[in-house]
Amino acid sequence: MTDKTLPPATPPAHFGASKGLTRETALPWITTPLLLIVILATWHFYVRGTGISSFILPAPSAVWDSWMDMLSSSRAWRHTWTTVYVTLMGFGWALVIGVSLGVVLGRTRWLELTLNPFIVATQVIPKVALLPLFVVWFGFGATSKIIVAAVLAFFPILTNTVLGVKSVDAGHRDVMTSLNATRWQIFRRLELPSSLPYILTGMEIGIVLAIIGAIVGEYLGGNAGLGFMLVSKMNGYETDGLFAVIIQMTLLGFIFYFATGALRRFAIPWHQSVDIK
Amino acid sequence: MDTPASNAPNEAPAIGLRAIEKWFGDRAHPVHALAPTDLDVPAGELLVLLGPSGCGKTTMLRMMGGLLEPTAGELTIEDQALWNGGERQGEALSELGMVFQDANLFPWLTIEENIALPLELKGVGKAQRLARARELTKLVGISGFEKRWPKELSGGMRQRAAIARALSYDPKILLMDEPFGALDAMTRDQMNLELQRIWQATKKTIVLVTHSISEAVFLADRIVLLSPRPGRIDTIVDVPMARPRSLDVQATPEFQTIARTLRHRLNEIS
Repeated sequence: MTDKTLPPATPPAHFGASKGLTRETALPWITTPLLLIVILATWHFYVRGTGISSFILPAPSAVWDSWMDMLSSSRAWRHTWTTVYVTLMGFGWALVIGVSLGVVLGRTRWLELTLNPFIVATQVIPKVALLPLFVVWFGFGATSKIIVAAVLAFFPILTNTVLGVKSVDAGHRDVMTSLNATRWQIFRRLELPSSLPYILTGMEIGIVLAIIGAIVGEYLGGNAGLGFMLVSKMNGYETDGLFAVIIQMTLLGFIFYFATGALRRFAIPWHQSVDIK
Repeated sequence: MDTPASNAPNEAPAIGLRAIEKWFGDRAHPVHALAPTDLDVPAGELLVLLGPSGCGKTTMLRMMGGLLEPTAGELTIEDQALWNGGERQGEALSELGMVFQDANLFPWLTIEENIALPLELKGVGKAQRLARARELTKLVGISGFEKRWPKELSGGMRQRAAIARALSYDPKILLMDEPFGALDAMTRDQMNLELQRIWQATKKTIVLVTHSISEAVFLADRIVLLSPRPGRIDTIVDVPMARPRSLDVQATPEFQTIARTLRHRLNEIS
């Protein structure tokens, strides 16, 4: 071993220069829009070339115009907000009930075994089939749709919460036991934070299902929401308007999905799933 | 805290085992994990439990730490019964700090929050417990890493944080279950030196479980050699080498004689 100190060194020129924008990360910024353009162009030329009726498939430009009309109409925005409201309310109820029930079931084996058949039963019923019943009970207003959204979003949130509580590390439990922690402290300081990644996964699935529940609910009854708008465009043979509503719904889905993803970064910055994305 | 008279022969031991016994399984398939065992650990001692796997050393340590209830016998911590009618006694528990093979830091807490967790559970105010955490990061040699997540630290540093956490509420006794078993050989030697330093600085009573003979001889005042099926004390070996010991002590004839004796005995019993 020598005791000679090395002269201050600088890294080679290529070191660290391309970090952040390598071929793998930069290329999709070009290829993704390119793919979108290809799809739209194919659509456009297909409509032009075949002369297909605009009832069946309107040209992309017609859909764009129709969507722009929609964005400037206050009636369309009112319908959008109705769907947002129904989705968020349904999701909120699913979250509150799913997490609290999941925490209890995850800790109480006999209760889990008792309720399991009932929970599975509510899942194998096509939930949309329950909608007419909800309409009979709660009318054509928002309540029946909120319930459908909640019922759909509830199950993934519940099962993920149960899984999260059961997956608490045995070594972490030993730490709390050796510190003589109370049951509440074990819940608050260990089980809840430890299950949070699982709960967030349940939320990501749940929010998408809540949108589906809200829209399907609006199809079937009432006079508000994007689902209702979709049905009325169909009845009016406005296929371009139909596409415009679908675009609006898709954007809504994107916003909700990415909002829960952002919640993950914010709520569990310590978790490895945050690094992967 | 430690008193100057801690070596007086008539004083109660830090840990006392009277006919402590442990069975696992059920009546149809009972497993005798630990035969009735008596053992006294005097205050300030660094005692090592050594033995092959299945000898009941971890079972014994987990009973001392209140994580497992003895099937029979009496266990005292600082002269107070640890178990009373199936209930653990909080007074006795608060004199115990545990360190496990895995650091078991909570990944959602920063290093300082992890170290301060026991104090938080005991209701100590935030400023006070974070000040204590900073004091301890200095003691265990990880100052500057207070705000980091556990995943950002190396295995050895995480184990240092785990030791700091166990020391946070100043228990008189530290129970360590193969604390350096998951570390590489070089880090392990370093951690043995550090543990000796921390032990001398804090004057705790330490019971440490290991299956490494050299770790046992390097660290221990006394080594309790356990034999398996059922777990029981085979021999107790004194290690009268001077402190503080450096890693070079491993090359001395004294060290090697003790290590050889232990190795021969281990081969006979396992």
